[in-house]
Amino acid sequence: MEIVNEILDREQKKAEKYKPIIVDKHLEVEFDIGTLLAYDSNDLDTKLLNSNTDEYLQSLARDNTQLLLNKVWELPTERIEEAIVVRLPPPTTVLPRAKPVPKPRPLTKWEEFAKAKGINKKKKDKLQWDEQLQKWVPLFGFKKAAAEKEKNWLIEVPQNVDPMTDMYEKKASEKSEKVAKNELQRLKNIARARKVKIPRVGLPVTSDKASANQLATAATVAKASTASLGKFQDKLPKEKEARGKGVHELIPGKERKRKAPIPTPQAEKEHNLNVLDNILNKRPKIDMDKAVARHINTEQIQ
Amino acid sequence: MKVLSEERTRILFEKLTKYIGVNVKLLIDRPDGTYCFREKKDRVYYISEKLLHLAQTVKPDNLIAAGTCFGKFTKTNKFRLHITALTYIAPYAPFKIWVKPSAEQQFLYGHHIIKSGLGRITENTPKHQGVVVQTMSDIPIGFGVAARTTAECRSADPLATIVFHQADIGEYIRSEDTLT
Repeated sequence: MEIVNEILDREQKKAEKYKPIIVDKHLEVEFDIGTLLAYDSNDLDTKLLNSNTDEYLQSLARDNTQLLLNKVWELPTERIEEAIVVRLPPPTTVLPRAKPVPKPRPLTKWEEFAKAKGINKKKKDKLQWDEQLQKWVPLFGFKKAAAEKEKNWLIEVPQNVDPMTDMYEKKASEKSEKVAKNELQRLKNIARARKVKIPRVGLPVTSDKASANQLATAATVAKASTASLGKFQDKLPKEKEARGKGVHELIPGKERKRKAPIPTPQAEKEHNLNVLDNILNKRPKIDMDKAVARHINTEQIQ
Repeated sequence: MKVLSEERTRILFEKLTKYIGVNVKLLIDRPDGTYCFREKKDRVYYISEKLLHLAQTVKPDNLIAAGTCFGKFTKTNKFRLHITALTYIAPYAPFKIWVKPSAEQQFLYGHHIIKSGLGRITENTPKHQGVVVQTMSDIPIGFGVAARTTAECRSADPLATIVFHQADIGEYIRSEDTLT
């Protein structure tokens, strides 16, 4: 009997040393085992909380931790190198991110245009069948270059081109120009994204012929490129100032010009009448067509 | 509503003088109040000072039109008269053309006037003169450009074009969405 009592005593002492693993709660505690999170929605006991805060909170924390660990122990355990481990399930609680969401990359000019027009990028095959070479040629890379070389062992000089031109050199320069243009556009896109003001580049350098518009712009810019911004430059009889998109910015002195103030009604009327007088006075005194018509008319009446 | 630039004022008046000659002065210098030309989205409006002041209270982005649209500047900076200007052009036009009732419909559908549709024409109309087209009962129905002088009209064959069509009141229905 003594032995039994002794064992019971020992067990009791042991039990007193450790707190019970079963915890009673009014409301169920919510768990997210993935993040080892327990959320206790029970009310706090205000009387206990006020009398001895620390002790109460400690016991509360212990109870909840016990519940959490109970849950963890319910999971299947493994033994890895003498340690008992548990594989936690994926967390269900969504945690807010510490840093703000990164801003999307600003669109390039082409991407903006394509978006507005609803143009979608089409996926191209990496290999393409070449009829001439009778083999698959990649879209780019050294094999493509080799294929091109094989294909263009001879390039015809077209009729309208000087027969002594080196077509290979021409092709190479065209290619390098394209690359340079692409690079320029890339830099422009970066500048636009960072809102950097790009210095104006002036008139486009054309290798071949300039269009009428470009020539007109060049003439206008040249004329305005004096110390007095072309104010005292002579004018040709039918000369017109270049107009159009982007032209205004090229002409010196134009961008600095302030908007003219709105004239008073009286001044505007006067100005308009002046302009009108100029137009009416410009017409020839003798209208030849009219004179001839009148002459024919009088002859017919007679 | 912008004030027209120097160049555009000149282009506008040059076009108007083609139709009403010296009478453009009467449009600018009116005894019943000050009227002016204003520009909005390349369209030119003829508007009284009083109405303009009222229109200026509207946010420019929200304002579509104010006053009477006289026409618009094309992308090549030429001025094109719209039919809405007819109210102001018709009373002042020195050169007119009257069309026969049978040819009215043809004109109102946007065709040129041919000799057979010609009812009457002002004496001494020069070539390429802007003319107002009227019905025989003196109702203005549009305007055009004389393709032949009055003298030439007499000897022209019945199918020859007399007036090139510019605008007609049929446009109020045909181009309802673009007229302002």
